[in-house]
Amino acid sequence: MKLTTMTLTTMTLAAIMAASPVLADLVFPSLSYRTGPYAANGIPFADGYEDYFTLLNERDGGIGGIPARVLECETGYNTEKGVECYEATKGEGALVYQPLSTGITYQLIPKVTADGIPMHTMGYGRTSAKNGEVFSNVFNYPANYWDGASHAINHIMSLGDISGKKIALVYHNSAYGKEPIRTLEELSKKHGFELMLVPVDHPGQEQKSQWLQIRQQRPDNVIMYGWGVMNQVAIQEAANIRYPMENFIGIWWSGSENDVLPAGDRANGYKALTFHNLGRDYPLYDDLQQYVVDAGKAAGAGDQLGTALYNRGMYAAMLAAEAAKTAQEIHGTADITPAMMRDGMEALEMTEAKMEALGLPNFGPEFKVSCENHGGNGLGAVAQWDAAAGKWNLITGYEGSDQDVILPLIEEDSAAFAAEAGITPGCS
Amino acid sequence: MFYREAGDFSTTYQQDSQTFPIKFDRYRYYIVLAVAFLVIPFVINDYWANAVFVPFLIYAIAAIGLNILTGYCGQVSLGTGAFMAVGAYAVYKLMTAFPEVSMLIHVPIAGLITAGVVTLFGLPSLRIKGFYLAVATLAAQFFLVWLFNKVPWFYNYSASGQISAPERSVFGIIVTGPNTEAWAKYMICLIFVTLAAVIARNLTRGSVGRKWMAIRDMDIAAEIIGVNPMMSKLTAFAVSGFFVGIAGALFFSVYLGAAEVGESFGIDKSFLVLFMVIIGGLGSIFGSFAGAAFLVLLPVFLKNVLVGMLGWPTDLAAHLQLVIVGGLIIMFLIVEPHGLAQLWRLAKEKLRLWPFPH
Repeated sequence: MKLTTMTLTTMTLAAIMAASPVLADLVFPSLSYRTGPYAANGIPFADGYEDYFTLLNERDGGIGGIPARVLECETGYNTEKGVECYEATKGEGALVYQPLSTGITYQLIPKVTADGIPMHTMGYGRTSAKNGEVFSNVFNYPANYWDGASHAINHIMSLGDISGKKIALVYHNSAYGKEPIRTLEELSKKHGFELMLVPVDHPGQEQKSQWLQIRQQRPDNVIMYGWGVMNQVAIQEAANIRYPMENFIGIWWSGSENDVLPAGDRANGYKALTFHNLGRDYPLYDDLQQYVVDAGKAAGAGDQLGTALYNRGMYAAMLAAEAAKTAQEIHGTADITPAMMRDGMEALEMTEAKMEALGLPNFGPEFKVSCENHGGNGLGAVAQWDAAAGKWNLITGYEGSDQDVILPLIEEDSAAFAAEAGITPGCS
Repeated sequence: MFYREAGDFSTTYQQDSQTFPIKFDRYRYYIVLAVAFLVIPFVINDYWANAVFVPFLIYAIAAIGLNILTGYCGQVSLGTGAFMAVGAYAVYKLMTAFPEVSMLIHVPIAGLITAGVVTLFGLPSLRIKGFYLAVATLAAQFFLVWLFNKVPWFYNYSASGQISAPERSVFGIIVTGPNTEAWAKYMICLIFVTLAAVIARNLTRGSVGRKWMAIRDMDIAAEIIGVNPMMSKLTAFAVSGFFVGIAGALFFSVYLGAAEVGESFGIDKSFLVLFMVIIGGLGSIFGSFAGAAFLVLLPVFLKNVLVGMLGWPTDLAAHLQLVIVGGLIIMFLIVEPHGLAQLWRLAKEKLRLWPFPH
């Protein structure tokens, strides 16, 4: 019978895999997507994540003397494969999960909490996870979706009076894209602008009707929460209707080179938010070149260095490595467990001096994680695309978001989750 | 050698018309059931439950459901994904509205709700056939996904439109939520899959199933010999919807734990279940299992071989896996258009005559 033979073979395989000796190393699973509709964005992130750990191994012999092992598993941005990847890797001593998908995040939040493994959803996932009293194992520092919405509004306000303006939100019609709606509604009440919602269905290849609507309604500003192919289509459509690019602001997930390059010069002036620095003018890049790229150990094709998403993946890896170091200091052992890693993440403090020492001066905002606050300080900056030079330039410094609006929303949403899941909020 | 039929006589009509008339087959079936119920729950771990058995069993239920509609009654449906979503959202609303009720009650009720919705979308089948009906069910697929995305009541007004399964139990054993034991997850799916297969098998060999097949083979002739096409088609839609709804409910509550309608129940889900039915074998209960096994287990198996054993890059493995699965689908359909179930039937015929050639 086909079924039984196949099950048997898989069983033996699993037995072989389970029987392989456990080496002392720090396992950082990378639930990446190098295939599927979002691959163009998944690849640079996964490369940056992996390369940073490769660099630590090659240059410093790992973290605290123990080599880091990146365990890559392909999800294709698909939630079912995400579950399969999680189950396949969690037994290997996985220290922290970073699924780079809000859908997978929602599925893993209860699972990682039950299994005692931390998860870091950097700038995505469930925003109310900022409340560490409810979401003990989920971290979303340094900034989240709602901070982003507030940054965009603050940026518009810094350029002129916002009251009476019409602002459109073009969003990926999924959990991710819907996240900022509540915040923007609250902000629109507070500042007196009109909010116009324009959903785009997965994958976002077809946006003619949405941009026709924008052309007719003429919003003063467009904010975009897109991912994957949706971004470049939106930017091209915006260029087609000659929408002024400087009034078009994307969240950090709509701010990669892949999104603006297809529109060529017409994308000049497009803005995107970011919570880390861009470009490759950092001392760390010399080390990456020397120890990783020139040594032929670069992940993927090795052609993504310096792109916005590569930097983000590298930043994610850097924060994970720093949290691991913090955990090693707290617990006085180099071979940390996922529970120790969680403590390290909760005690993580990023300072300018620390980043300078790592060869990444001024690369990200300064922040401090605590049990009550798993989301950092929510600082973000605005970058603008210079099509002629083909690079992103930061046009503002790292600025805060409107916590008066966001914190009550986070309280409300996390309280609802706590009631639903039967969690008693509190810090141990 | 394998199939010794010597001494295996039927002395009553019941014996002669049972599901497994050959003793060897019957005992094998009992052994499979015994292993499934008495051995696997004691050895299963999280990975085996979540990556292999639970999805396989749930997809098997969905494939049985679609097989009743498409395989036995000949009504092509491209809305399976959305019909699973109906089951998922129904069970979600029930779980959150009546937290103290057992999942064993919620899941069948979600199936009944889905049966109602699917019957509603089956009404056009009374007037249209084939491609046109496929397009009508395709419309159902897009409409239902849009509906669940649009109306906040369905997802209890959550900020992101995601639905998450709260912790619910059966006789005090937790079966949904993150603290579920692997064996509990597996057992609840196994119970439903066993019931679904037994019910479906007995329906399809009774008068109801014969009416469906008559409609499938030639509806005009069926009507002339006294089969009521309206009743037959609508019962096929209802029964099929019931099973697909149960599959959707389990898929969301037991397997995924959180779902988003566009991502988890999109058009590709409809195609996936349809391929399971086609590859497994139209009009065969065993075929539903074989098709589900082929499309759920093979990718996982290939991934474990290519990445886990050979250490290939994940993206290459993912692409190659698509190539291999696609190639096998094409090969199977060329070698045997009636699916894996027919291959199995032929092998059995050969074995019964072995060692004498035909």
